[in-house]
Amino acid sequence: MTETFTLKGRTGDWEIVLGLEVHAQVASNSKLFSGAAVGFGAGPNEQVSLVDAAMPGMLPVLNKYCVEQAVRTGLGLKAQINLKSRFDRKNYFYPDLPQGYQISQFEFPIVGEGEVIVDRIDGTSFTVRIERLHLEQDAGKSIHDLDPKATYVDLNRSGTALMEIVSKPDMRSPEDAAAYVKKLRAILITLGTCDGDMEKGNLRADVNVSVCRPGDYEKFRETGSFSHLGTRCEIKNVNSYRFIQQAIQYEARRQIEILEDGGKVDQETRLYDPTKNETRSMRSKEEAHDYRYFPDPDLLPLVLDPAWVKAIEAGLPELPDAKKARLMSAYGLSAYDASVLTSDGDVAAFFEEAAKGRDAKLVANWTLNDLLGRLGKDGLEITASPISAADIGALVGLIEDGTISGKIARTVFEHMWDGEGAPAAIVEKHGLVQITDTGAIETAVDALIAANPDKPAAVKDKPQAIGWFVGQVMKETGGKANPAAVNEILKAKLGL
Amino acid sequence: MAIDAATVRKVARLARIAEPEERIEPLVQELNGILQWIEQLAEVDTDGVEPLTSVVHATLPLRDDVVTDGGDAARVLSNAPKSTDGFYVVPKVVE
Repeated sequence: MTETFTLKGRTGDWEIVLGLEVHAQVASNSKLFSGAAVGFGAGPNEQVSLVDAAMPGMLPVLNKYCVEQAVRTGLGLKAQINLKSRFDRKNYFYPDLPQGYQISQFEFPIVGEGEVIVDRIDGTSFTVRIERLHLEQDAGKSIHDLDPKATYVDLNRSGTALMEIVSKPDMRSPEDAAAYVKKLRAILITLGTCDGDMEKGNLRADVNVSVCRPGDYEKFRETGSFSHLGTRCEIKNVNSYRFIQQAIQYEARRQIEILEDGGKVDQETRLYDPTKNETRSMRSKEEAHDYRYFPDPDLLPLVLDPAWVKAIEAGLPELPDAKKARLMSAYGLSAYDASVLTSDGDVAAFFEEAAKGRDAKLVANWTLNDLLGRLGKDGLEITASPISAADIGALVGLIEDGTISGKIARTVFEHMWDGEGAPAAIVEKHGLVQITDTGAIETAVDALIAANPDKPAAVKDKPQAIGWFVGQVMKETGGKANPAAVNEILKAKLGL
Repeated sequence: MAIDAATVRKVARLARIAEPEERIEPLVQELNGILQWIEQLAEVDTDGVEPLTSVVHATLPLRDDVVTDGGDAARVLSNAPKSTDGFYVVPKVVE
């Protein structure tokens, strides 16, 4: 068990409690209740039907594909699928909400309780309980900076299908919250129900933050009573792992300051400003949260056929947890390597392609350390890698059959990155073949001993000094000597 | 549940309906009257009866995920009091 994340205050230690509401845009062609296109980059109001613009008399008609994606996601979260659910109206006024209400699911969501197992970097894992998943409409977009006296409204996003995934307050540190979103994103992408593009806002999180004293959270988990926890604030629409963590850090500190000064935290919605690294109160009007939900009279209850749900379940792909377990057992990978590889389906696919018939652990090392490290430096995704999976496999193959050493392989890797082609051709072209010919190595060793007659005695006293010989031999051979062979010959010649 | 003047003011505000002060008291009377009338339904024993969500014996129609609409910003904006470059233009909303 990892240590509980604590923040030091003037009056003692504090802990934080986090619950997330993640909005995931359904990867559909058309909107939840209309036939207008869903997409990014169209001209203003080009992807709007009269339903999305809430013209009088327009009626919503539910998109079957969106329902299917909600069910798929629910199954992927090992959650209960509610065969009967209902759409409700959430009432509030805002210029980018033309209906004056958002169609959502309040009392009877399509998906009930589930869970997500999250891996931490240190190899431990924890479970986040999912409270529910429901379908709802996205709002349009208000643009405040085009005109000093007016707000511009684009309804292209209005009516786009969102899955709101609500967690229980099961995260206890900024890192855990980010890791949860990462895992959720991997599941969504594997299922194909959301493209997970956080930059475009297709996956964004509302973060509920509260602070409490050590021991309070355990009492909450025992009793289920929120009275043991502090008052929470909701930070809206945070759309990167880094911002999620920064916003939590700032917000927790802010609440601790208030409490230590003898004040009380107001339950409110706040906005995170990444440029100033602070959270600000959004709408503190006391009536803002009176949404007066009621069943949408335009929509009948949604009733699912159990056979249809079963068919969706049968068609689910291999999920990250199952894939991780398989990579561990089939390839002998560590839990950490397997979880990093499966955090992105494309990375896992790359690895499996490269590992065909090769030393899988070596392939995992090259994929995770060298390739992903290099891709990250250049801000590239694995799908845009200049080095193919087959070539990583071939590189490992050359190490395995002794053609090159691991050290030389790094040089070959650099040439591969520069687009010089297959590793075998690079080794040939640059004359990088490893010297395994013991005769050549012996000659080099003999010459070295002859040139430094005092050194062999020194090594007898201090066996670690053999490193000097190894280094010299490697230097003599341009790094191409097989290190194992060099060690063996040196030991024999020096009588160690 | 009895409705008082404060509730009427709150509901009017939430619905963005401007009610002059002299209308508040009559509305209290009217709304309470409506509620009392509806509360008569509570006299019926509904134990074990599933809530009726619709009197229509139909299932919720679903559509296929195909694009059949949109692509006509001019039509969408045709009733807008003000628009510029394809956007609706509304009085400044301050966050």
